[in-house]
Amino acid sequence: MARAACEFEVVPLGWTHRHLLDIERLTSDEIRLLLDTAGRFKQATDGCRKKIAVLSGCTIVNLFFENSTRTRTSFALAARRLGADVIDFSTSTSSLSKGESFIDTAKNLEAMGIDAVVVRHGTPGTPHLLAQRLNVGVINAGDGPHEHPTQGLLDIFSIRERLGDLKGVTVGLVGDIAHSRTARSNLWGLLKLGANVILCGPPTLVSQRWRELGVEVSHDLDEIVPRCDVLNLLRIQFERQNTRPFPSVREYAHLYAMNGDRLKRAKKDLLILAPGPINRGVEVTADVADCPQSLILDQVTNGLAVRMGVLWLTCGPRESNGPDSIATLGGAGRSS
Amino acid sequence: MSTLLIQGGRIIDPSQAIDRIDDLLVRDGIILAIGQSSHEKVDETIDATGLIVTPGLIDMHVHLREPGREEDETIETGTRAALAGGFTSVACIPNTEPPIDTQAAVEFIHQKAVRADTCNVFVVGCVSRNREGKELAEIGQLVEAGAVAFSDDGAPIYDAELMRRAFEYCRMFDKPIFAHEEVLELSRGGVMHEGLVSLVLGLTGMPAAAEEVMIGRDIALAEVTGGRLHVMHVSTARGVELIRAAKARGTRVTAEACPHHFTLTDESLRGFDSNAKMSPPLRTAVDVEAIISGLVDGAIDCIATDHAPHAPEKKMLEIDRAPFGILGLETALGLSITRLVATGRIGWPRLVEAMSLLPAQILGVTRGTLRTGAIADITLINPDLSWRVDVDKFCSKSVNSPFQGWVLKGRAVFTIVAGRVKYRLD
Repeated sequence: MARAACEFEVVPLGWTHRHLLDIERLTSDEIRLLLDTAGRFKQATDGCRKKIAVLSGCTIVNLFFENSTRTRTSFALAARRLGADVIDFSTSTSSLSKGESFIDTAKNLEAMGIDAVVVRHGTPGTPHLLAQRLNVGVINAGDGPHEHPTQGLLDIFSIRERLGDLKGVTVGLVGDIAHSRTARSNLWGLLKLGANVILCGPPTLVSQRWRELGVEVSHDLDEIVPRCDVLNLLRIQFERQNTRPFPSVREYAHLYAMNGDRLKRAKKDLLILAPGPINRGVEVTADVADCPQSLILDQVTNGLAVRMGVLWLTCGPRESNGPDSIATLGGAGRSS
Repeated sequence: MSTLLIQGGRIIDPSQAIDRIDDLLVRDGIILAIGQSSHEKVDETIDATGLIVTPGLIDMHVHLREPGREEDETIETGTRAALAGGFTSVACIPNTEPPIDTQAAVEFIHQKAVRADTCNVFVVGCVSRNREGKELAEIGQLVEAGAVAFSDDGAPIYDAELMRRAFEYCRMFDKPIFAHEEVLELSRGGVMHEGLVSLVLGLTGMPAAAEEVMIGRDIALAEVTGGRLHVMHVSTARGVELIRAAKARGTRVTAEACPHHFTLTDESLRGFDSNAKMSPPLRTAVDVEAIISGLVDGAIDCIATDHAPHAPEKKMLEIDRAPFGILGLETALGLSITRLVATGRIGWPRLVEAMSLLPAQILGVTRGTLRTGAIADITLINPDLSWRVDVDKFCSKSVNSPFQGWVLKGRAVFTIVAGRVKYRLD
């Protein structure tokens, strides 16, 4: 382990951020660096199963204002694999119910001497506001429908593991694009790495405006399936919708569920991803979820690798004569 | 008897088509004359060389917050902010707690304004009782108490029949209805303009159509009743177009635009700054251009601020929990000069018309002019003064401005109410 650890002595100079707030403002080089770092951690930990104590002495707080099981567990496990101390802080146990603002809550945690917060919140931009006001690293674990950078990275990591370079690869993101932070993080990462992106779903969930970013918009899953190398099947986020964007789940599944019939018309080596939790029978049928090309469980393991990479890059020791590494990703800089 | 001489300024008074360098003489709070004054005994002289002298500016859309939300603003702090921004009069909107829907409430505002001894405060009364949108408030009583216009602003008047009755009833008093135009089902949960930026940020959008559909409805109702519609804070290109077309048909419709709507776009939300959150929201560059064009050709009559103070702890929340609204009084003139006059889009006379004469006419108040015998409300503007916006120096009680740190050109240096200098820039 000691030999493996020395490869992670200092954060590479190509990484200057203390926060990971979104993928939109990362460069393609930074994304590649993140993915490569994750790959090195996956290797050094024997497939994310062993410990590599490169962050011992660090304290990381999981600050979750919204329910989550898998992301919180994944971050906690990743931090422990790196030897960091992890504290879980969720709204049910917090003083938010007593009327305290989220900034005051976070400032209290900061005063306890922590190194980073992993934030999930139902409102877009909340991690960005925290990054402006706190003097610790902020990692976005999902901010409303805005971004979920580690999910986007782990999806792309999983694709890259199978296909190598993403240039020219056609990826279909299918489902509730309107309310999906996973879709947005995937979209930016894929575009920056040169993939072709198709967004697919009913017009009530997939705006034509996305075309302005240079992606294809389709409302016809049957038409795009044969052209895709990868399909990422996104959950319908019923909890975020004002009015139902389609008449019934039955009709939605009829038009947009990835099922065995559609799989037959796909390329033989089509990869299937689903960020989970998956609704079997809505966006994906059981036969497809469990088919050999399904990466659904790889995604979970790779989530650990990506989160180890992110935690280390944002919290790890920096080259003492390197650049003054307090650049933030919010663009707003630090104002205290 | 006291006489004030404002000497050598560029006097711009659209009510008399005056734009020339001359002297302005005020006696006992009344305009005495423009021009030769050598034989008069003068008590006080202001050297206005290099300054622009205009009838006092009027902001017809201000939320003073009192009564009920004195933590955001009071009549005293809000009117001091008005003076610092060059305004000699404001019209205050009745969405207070309780709302201004009784004679007593109107008198309360007037009393507080007298005590503050700052600028003139004209009261806009509620259209509906308790601002609930269900039945008409006692509009006749409110008119007797001095209400100059009627509005349920903060919210639209949702019931189309109530709106129709309000138009009909207000005709009797020749009072306008100030309308906040929004179809709430279309903007529900919204935080910002619905467009590419909201899509990318994952924030719920408020489509332009939510405003335009309601403008369309109210124009139709104004036409059917002969009522006077004043469209508040127009923010969309199609909204401007609807108003322009209605005016061409002879409909009794007027409109105002806010400085933020011709200065900023939805791009300002990229940093998730709740100071850029207001309703109607910041829209696109196309809309900004349409609003400026509307101000140029008169489709939009006036500039008004929609000054909406919120205490810092309310704005320092998640963007969907923070309230709508931004400060306007202390930046409106600088933004208008910088964005409209300095760029050559409109001339000074049109700016003065949009910020003084037309607001006075719509409110039906005897202000907005430098005619002999008029009340001497006067604003002196240094058109070349560059200054940096600093919310910490604002007179307003709140600091929710997205213009913090901006450098603006042009600023009021004297604000004179009824012949008395109420504000002087140090």
